[in-house]
Amino acid sequence: MPELRCPICGGPVRVDDDALPGELVEHDCGAVLEVYQDGEGRLSLRPFEGVQEDWGE
Amino acid sequence: MTVVALLYDVARLDEKMLIKELRERARLHLIHVPSSVLEMGRGPGVDAALERCVSHYNAVSSAAAAESWGARTVNTAESIALSADKAVTQALLHRAGIPTPRTMLAYSVESAVRAARDLGLPVVLKPLMGSWGRLAALAGDEEAVRAVSEHREYLGGPYRVHYIQEYVRKPGRDIRAMCIGGEAPAAIYRVSSHWITNTARGGRAEPARVDGELEDLVVRSCEAVGVEVGGVDVVEDPERGYLVLEVNAVPEFKNIVRVTGVNVPGLIAEYLVSRVRR
Ligand SMILES: Nc1ncnc2c1ncn2[C@@H]1O[C@H](COP(=O)(O)OP(=O)(O)OP(=O)(O)O)[C@@H](O)[C@H]1O
Ligand SMILES: [Zn+2]
Repeated sequence: MPELRCPICGGPVRVDDDALPGELVEHDCGAVLEVYQDGEGRLSLRPFEGVQEDWGE
Repeated sequence: MTVVALLYDVARLDEKMLIKELRERARLHLIHVPSSVLEMGRGPGVDAALERCVSHYNAVSSAAAAESWGARTVNTAESIALSADKAVTQALLHRAGIPTPRTMLAYSVESAVRAARDLGLPVVLKPLMGSWGRLAALAGDEEAVRAVSEHREYLGGPYRVHYIQEYVRKPGRDIRAMCIGGEAPAAIYRVSSHWITNTARGGRAEPARVDGELEDLVVRSCEAVGVEVGGVDVVEDPERGYLVLEVNAVPEFKNIVRVTGVNVPGLIAEYLVSRVRR
């Protein structure tokens, strides 16, 4: 998988080859990022919105 | 070959383990719910679906979609909806004769204080929905009950219903048991010096023995809410023994796997596939 860019600090982020949309990665800068599929179907990163009110088991 | 769907939003270690086990037994359709369009009544042609969304509304709605496609869905949308509401769960557990902590519902600050007085302090106040001990409060005196319930009224919406429970003097731990298709293959103690023992909140996991009484209780609790794959939270009361707190319909299990060595995702995958073969 190509190296992705951190949307917070702009630095490079290495993601596992088998990364899935919905996976969370912690970047060295401290940001928690979510892998997602952009409009073209490519994997990309966005800041993780955090635990939502309706989240649970 | 059987075709199964995994409906998920956050891909945690639990989901990655499930993906591996499902792929060994079936053709897998991975559905990342937040980036999907799910048409009711018209699906991708799957025989069965495993619901794993951590967002409750994602979970209920996407399970409902899978059911509309005719897929055998585990857990069902209905059981996920029922188990998420602590009052509804209590009702179903009571009807099945399953012991639970004494619980009261109150609809104003004054009646919350009255309920706490009746139960005996300290009491636990919980939101009707929610997990990982989020917003659960232990109130040691009436002033604390008042402060917590006032705050909940201020939050409004579902928080205006006060769910007040006796504080069970559990032995520094509670029990999380897995239930899969009418069996309880593994359980852990969640050990903590804090009253909230959830591992997501720093509790330590240790293997627990599932005796006949615990297994029976766990299996009947899941049956009561219609949950086929569930995580049941149980506390031990020094006098009354096991009391069931609740049933979780999208249970995390990575800590159970880590400390017991039981292949929980393998058993879940096997169960799902076996539902189709029947
Ligand atoms: N009545 C009670 N007496 C003592 N401890 C309690 C009581 N109710 C809950 N707890 C403890 O509080 C924590 C969270 O409880 P509970 O399972 O009811 O809430 P939850 O937010 O739905 O969590 P979960 O994610 O485990 O389902 C657990 O560690 C449990 O042992
Ligand atoms: Zn960064």
